[in-house]
Amino acid sequence: MEQKFTTVITPKTGWFDINLKEVWDYRDLIFLFVKRSFVSQYKQTILGPAWAFIQPFLTTVVFTVIFGNIAGLAPGGLPHFAFYFCGTILWQYFSGCLSSTANTFVANAHTMGKVYYPRLVMPISTVLSRLISFAIQYVFLIGFVVYYTFTKQGVHPNWWILMTPVLLLQLAMLSMGFGIIISSLTTKYRDLANLVGFGVQLWMYGSPVAYDMYSMTSFAPGGKWHALYMCNPVTTLINIFRYAYLGFGAVEWNYYWIGWITTLVILFLGVLLFSHVEKTFMDTV
Amino acid sequence: MEELAIKIEHVSKQYRLGAIGGGTLQADLQSWWARKTGKEDPNSKIGARTDVKIGERFLALDDINLEVRKGEAVGIIGHNGAGKSTLLKLLSRVTAPTTGKISIDGRIASMLEVGTGFHPELTGRENIYMNGAILGMTRAEIDRKIDQIIEFSEVEQFIDTPVKRYSSGMYVKLAFSVAAHLDSEIMIMDEVLAVGDMKFQQKCLGRMGDAAEGEGRTVLYVSHNMNTIRQLCKRCIVLDHGRIIFDGDTEQAIALYMETNDKMNISYDCMQERPFNDIDNRVHIDRVSFLNKHDQPIFDQKEKIKLGIECTAQNPVENVSLRIILQTLDKIRIGMTTTTPCLKFTKGKNVLSVEMPIDWLAPGKYNCNFVLYSVNQFGTTQIHDRIMEICVFEKNQNFLQTNQMSWGHSVWGYMMMPELKVLKPD
Repeated sequence: MEQKFTTVITPKTGWFDINLKEVWDYRDLIFLFVKRSFVSQYKQTILGPAWAFIQPFLTTVVFTVIFGNIAGLAPGGLPHFAFYFCGTILWQYFSGCLSSTANTFVANAHTMGKVYYPRLVMPISTVLSRLISFAIQYVFLIGFVVYYTFTKQGVHPNWWILMTPVLLLQLAMLSMGFGIIISSLTTKYRDLANLVGFGVQLWMYGSPVAYDMYSMTSFAPGGKWHALYMCNPVTTLINIFRYAYLGFGAVEWNYYWIGWITTLVILFLGVLLFSHVEKTFMDTV
Repeated sequence: MEELAIKIEHVSKQYRLGAIGGGTLQADLQSWWARKTGKEDPNSKIGARTDVKIGERFLALDDINLEVRKGEAVGIIGHNGAGKSTLLKLLSRVTAPTTGKISIDGRIASMLEVGTGFHPELTGRENIYMNGAILGMTRAEIDRKIDQIIEFSEVEQFIDTPVKRYSSGMYVKLAFSVAAHLDSEIMIMDEVLAVGDMKFQQKCLGRMGDAAEGEGRTVLYVSHNMNTIRQLCKRCIVLDHGRIIFDGDTEQAIALYMETNDKMNISYDCMQERPFNDIDNRVHIDRVSFLNKHDQPIFDQKEKIKLGIECTAQNPVENVSLRIILQTLDKIRIGMTTTTPCLKFTKGKNVLSVEMPIDWLAPGKYNCNFVLYSVNQFGTTQIHDRIMEICVFEKNQNFLQTNQMSWGHSVWGYMMMPELKVLKPD
């Protein structure tokens, strides 16, 4: 009589051995990781979670002064601060998720070398815990938008605001997809990890975070680089976000859908690569 | 058919020797180029064996087959590098085997380390949830067990303090308590008991014993501490160079494991340097031999051990005593015997013969420590020479005294006391 076993461990797996149900079984762990990273981040700081706001706030101030007022890269007709704050919080969420998920295997090699849990739990919880900081920033964004709207400074929020969760979901999926691809590739070669910081910065300049793309002739609709520029899914997301909260710019749907396709492909590749690497990464990390 | 908890079939784990990639792409390319052009690899370790081909395979586990029934407590022993930890790593799914198949029935709680996932900034209570979740418990389960866990850990008072303020002992106690209260069917432990004070260690062992016997859980336990193995496991496997060389009774397994350290000889050369600085070398022990055995030092119940000790004295010495301390192969001291201070040594070679009765000794394998010493008029002991852990001998099982039962050291100890006399009723 053959006995039934609950777990069977075999050597190499195929490329499509992805166990998402198991990740669901470990949802309590995801929740605890989220809590842990959030709590530990602000323990023993006087300002606590206020830091979640202060960081993008200071960045926005710098952008407003340097790129907006000195270089004159911000659009006219609306407060520079509002323009930059929108872009910055969205970008910081994206880049934060990307750079910390890109570090998943190397940073957690210690616990992962001692105990088994679905490795995908780690990047998922990273993305979720960053969402808490984003929520704090978001409250301030609403405050600014309300203030600028009532003081009639050219800010026109509209119903596209309801798109926010979908935008965030796509942003999270995209950053996690890229992050886990990088983390899977860096288990053996660390070179890529050094490039992440630089790459993220470069990416920021390839997205309309620090400047207004519509005032750049080659990036604006009709410009010679426009199509290429819009293939960056982050660009569409920032554009829609700004359109929803500030009434600035335009939504280009064809590029939005291309963005979704890119996101899904990246995430799928990421999960595939990640699941392939996770079984034996301990031997090479 | 009894139900199995773990079934391991033809499992091997292969690692590559030498440079498994220098860690960066550049280093790998360098090594690759060096191999292509036949130059020396700039990334190989200095002094590394050059005859080891880069990428040569090394089997940490070599075709392992093992079946563990439900409710069994199995000890795993072996020298460093025998593959114990690799086996546990495969079982706890930290890494995957190269070939073979492992089937497991039930949830596994692996404790390859205590306190995995503890975060110093979180309080004890928060860390219990954290650690429990990492080990695979759900929130509801931990809620149910939290009081038990806190009570077991003995750190109730500090449970809401961040664990970075804990002493290392408290840290370990808390961590072990979480692990010990897992509802998993299989527990895997890698020497986690080496920490914590004696009292707590005993408590943990008791808890694990309960888990195995009372609750029918399966325990796999790796340790270098033979006493805890004895206490916990009835079955034991010995690993050597990635293979299972023994699977069965714990006592036999320990004996086998120890024997690879201590070969039974008839005569021992003692000219090696002594690692002690409290000896004055006035008399030096050169050689110790069994006098009444010629092939193997195995003794019966009625036999006495006769030992010949060859010594060299720098100057004539008088009033010297010889002390012999018996110990088990895993270094538990059993007893001591000594001569009256009557030994005289003349300058140069001396031969000393002694006879040691061992009718009080339980069956098993032992070795001896020899000390030559004298006590001066002020009562101070002066040690001339000391030699440790030689003269391994075995005492035969004597079934007359134990009512046909084989001697269990963990239960009966190491001394066979004289037979009980039944008194006639008055």
